[in-house]
Amino acid sequence: MKKSHIIGIIVIALAIGIIMTTAGDASTYVSFGEAIERAEDGNTTKVHVVGKLKKDAKGHIVGMQYDPLVDPNYFSFTLVDTNRFEQRVVYYNPKPQDFDRSEQVVITGNMQNNVFVADKILLKCPSKYVEKEVTASM
Amino acid sequence: MINTLIGDIGHGSVIVAFVAAIVASYAYFMASRQKVEISGDTSWRTLARLAFYVHGAAVFMIVFSLFNIIYAHRYEYYYAWSHSSNHLPVHYMISCFWEGQEGSFLLWIFWHVVLGVALIGFGKKNKTWEAPVMATFSFVQIFLTSMILGVVLGDLKIGSSPFILMRDFMTDAPVFKMDPNFIPKDGTGLNPLLQNYWMVIHPPTLFLGFAATLVPFAFAIAGLWKGKLTEWVKPALPWSHFAAVVLGVGIVMGAYWAYETLNFGGYWNWDPVENAVYIPWLVLVGAIHTMVAYRRSKQGLKASFILVIASFLLILYATFLTRSGILGNASVHSFTDLGLSGQLFTYLAAFMVISIALLVYNWKKIPTTEKELSTYSAEFWVFIGASVLCLAGFQVLATTSIPVYNSFLGFIGIDSNAALPADQIAHYTKFQLWAGVAVAILSGVGQIMWWRKTDKTSLKDAIVMPAMLTLLFASLFIILGKIDNFVYIVLLVAALFAVFANLSIMLGLIRKKVTLSGGAVAHIGIALMLIGILFSSGYSNIISQNNSGLLYSREFPDEINRDNVLLWRNTPVDMGKYKVSYHGQFLEVEGVPEYVTKELLFPTEDEYKSIARGDIKVGDKIYFKTGDTLNIVSPENTYYQVQYKSEEEDFTLYPRAQVNPNMGLLASPDIKNFLTKDLYTHVSTVPDPNEEKEWSELKEYEVSAGDTIILNDYVAIFNGIERVEKVPGVEINKGDVAVQADMKIMGERKNYHAHPVLMIKDQMMGRVPEEIEDLGLRITFMNIDTQNNRFKIGVNSTQKDYIILKAMEKPFVNVLWIGTIIMSIGFVMAVIRRSKEGKTATEDLTSIKKQQKPQVA
Repeated sequence: MKKSHIIGIIVIALAIGIIMTTAGDASTYVSFGEAIERAEDGNTTKVHVVGKLKKDAKGHIVGMQYDPLVDPNYFSFTLVDTNRFEQRVVYYNPKPQDFDRSEQVVITGNMQNNVFVADKILLKCPSKYVEKEVTASM
Repeated sequence: MINTLIGDIGHGSVIVAFVAAIVASYAYFMASRQKVEISGDTSWRTLARLAFYVHGAAVFMIVFSLFNIIYAHRYEYYYAWSHSSNHLPVHYMISCFWEGQEGSFLLWIFWHVVLGVALIGFGKKNKTWEAPVMATFSFVQIFLTSMILGVVLGDLKIGSSPFILMRDFMTDAPVFKMDPNFIPKDGTGLNPLLQNYWMVIHPPTLFLGFAATLVPFAFAIAGLWKGKLTEWVKPALPWSHFAAVVLGVGIVMGAYWAYETLNFGGYWNWDPVENAVYIPWLVLVGAIHTMVAYRRSKQGLKASFILVIASFLLILYATFLTRSGILGNASVHSFTDLGLSGQLFTYLAAFMVISIALLVYNWKKIPTTEKELSTYSAEFWVFIGASVLCLAGFQVLATTSIPVYNSFLGFIGIDSNAALPADQIAHYTKFQLWAGVAVAILSGVGQIMWWRKTDKTSLKDAIVMPAMLTLLFASLFIILGKIDNFVYIVLLVAALFAVFANLSIMLGLIRKKVTLSGGAVAHIGIALMLIGILFSSGYSNIISQNNSGLLYSREFPDEINRDNVLLWRNTPVDMGKYKVSYHGQFLEVEGVPEYVTKELLFPTEDEYKSIARGDIKVGDKIYFKTGDTLNIVSPENTYYQVQYKSEEEDFTLYPRAQVNPNMGLLASPDIKNFLTKDLYTHVSTVPDPNEEKEWSELKEYEVSAGDTIILNDYVAIFNGIERVEKVPGVEINKGDVAVQADMKIMGERKNYHAHPVLMIKDQMMGRVPEEIEDLGLRITFMNIDTQNNRFKIGVNSTQKDYIILKAMEKPFVNVLWIGTIIMSIGFVMAVIRRSKEGKTATEDLTSIKKQQKPQVA
């Protein structure tokens, strides 16, 4: 067997290894229900959940708690996932400033003792890029 | 008046450029046919050149038109309106140019024109390559110009024009229904994060790198097409080096911009947009290695073909990823979806099919050597190195493409919900770190084998010295730096070995011929970069740990990092060896070398103008006097003064933040550079400046001159009153009277003077209160009792100003930047060396041709 063939086989083996780890490390978008089930099964892998902020009839956000004067590293809020399941989420970081105006929130983390502990928050803001309004006063 | 002329010129030029690219492409194709080549008929080539020059001239016109629209603030055009504004300085107008997708396509097109013209000039000496290479070039230009064509054929929209008028873009906006000639007075401005000098030079560098990868690709395609399966490597090699260095520098510039402007605390975030350019760079560097090996020992031609073609296709794939909107939630900063995904996909697919088909068709004809590679040959290790680079690229590619798998599966009807790994850093590091180790070791061993006679004994001799130095320095680093992580030790030892091995090669070669040592220099640079990354990322240390006892901490207090600290104004907090304190908000004022505290600036209607409340001086020099009108450079940017004190040194940092109506809080760090580390500081939260302050109820005091009172725990002395002629922001006319109270308040750090004003203007009583932000006090001069010489003072108090701060140390990050510079120098040396070889190659070829000609005739 030629050396180049051996190298070829090693490269292919490594490539397969890479694909396997990618598949293993890849997270998934789930609902809170599934996140809770995973936690109950003792599965602590981190997942992505997409949801919207809980709002009252007037459109005000409810259940949001952030008081930097007491603890700047504690932010909690209620997220409603696509199945309309409400879940309290805790984020041990300062509150992202444009959080209130976000249309959609993607969080990464897992369930721990009945709260979802997020370590990453991605916001989708309606006005981030294109949707600008033009008025006569401008 | 709406200026439609400039837009028509621009749009017309796009169409001309598109058509000319088609003509050039066809004519170059015809000129490349064997029949034409042999007959010596140059008419097709002349036509093609003419068409390409017309194309180039049209591209210049497009660039000129678009820049004119931005520069002259022509807000009737959507591009100017959405990317620029009146207050933008000229150098940032250049960044506006490529903020949008259309402009960045244009930048790419522009570089292709420049490189194409350079290649035609190069081709004059060596005519055999011009036609087939430029045919590929022009063909690429057809696709790229179509992206900004902005033509609608029935339901099919081809390209997005940067010359679209506001009224045509926002057909539904009521303003344009009322008055079609309405022109907005100001634009919405450039994304504040892009208002940075790196954003002026990073995109052109990166796109020059993009454009340059086309050159080796075009040579490879020409080689396959014209059956010159071996000759293409020589002319393509200097261009590959050029592309790799420009692309590499472009990537690091982007990383440096992120480090300096964004606040994720590093230079690399594994964002798909970053990965998308990293992958082709790795593959391109791999391609260079196989090409160099081929030049020396005629081995690795097939690999060179594959890697050169792959690097260009990966550039197209990167374009597709970042511009088609396919990344969706996965990336923070990809472009807006312009509905071009179909077109982008066609572009990618066309080149993939053409190049792979050509490669497969010619595969059997590509010469290979049957010679077995010896483990003691340098080429063997070079190929291993190239494989490592490609595997590293493959890992990033496999993960970055996860959103693409979702879309593809969705397209064929399978529901997929895969997401990027939750901990991306851990995921990428577990391969990239070992790839780094392999690259470091291979670059050391490979270089020694490449330049020394390769038998066992001489190899041993050559390795002993660098190996000893490595062990010496590595143990020093490990002991002094307290490195206890095994993996990091391995990387450190490997990288140090690469430095010393290449250093020994470099010193040997530099005496013979300087440019020969390019490879060694570039490898030293890479090894230093690895060391810089190892320390700055692996040992990044957050010093703003929250040690205050005030925690909610109901859930898992032990596991959570509390990386942000609350700093009340003027109240120092201990952080590591520093005492850190926050001293207020500052602005940048034109003509003053330091930031100016907001306390000294009286705001006016125009936020870009302020009136000085006191003398503005730096050191002893007075820059502005009380009452002068000052120009604020960027009123939206507030600089927070943070003072660091330790036993060894004191310094002040000004981390920046702005509250942007579209994007929320944008905080940028301020970085203190030390020789061995950077201290990186940014604010995480500030009190919302748009929120009205909540003041306590007004408390009134009646005082006489000389009285001492207690205001909200501070001792204050009322000195008396005086008449004033000028009140900032108010016009004092004849018959108006203004008096100010003079008060001294003793704060924790210093004494403050407050001068609230009471005036009678146009027979009306007016008051200008004075706010002392440091103390959270607002003092109003309420009234004068002239008979008893008593005065009424009103005081409100509010919560003191604060910031939430995050600070971290990045050890040896300088080594990364220095390594980048050294790597670039090495690459440039290699470009010089290889292009000289390329020229001699040209001569060889022409001499061969001369000999062959009589036979043909």
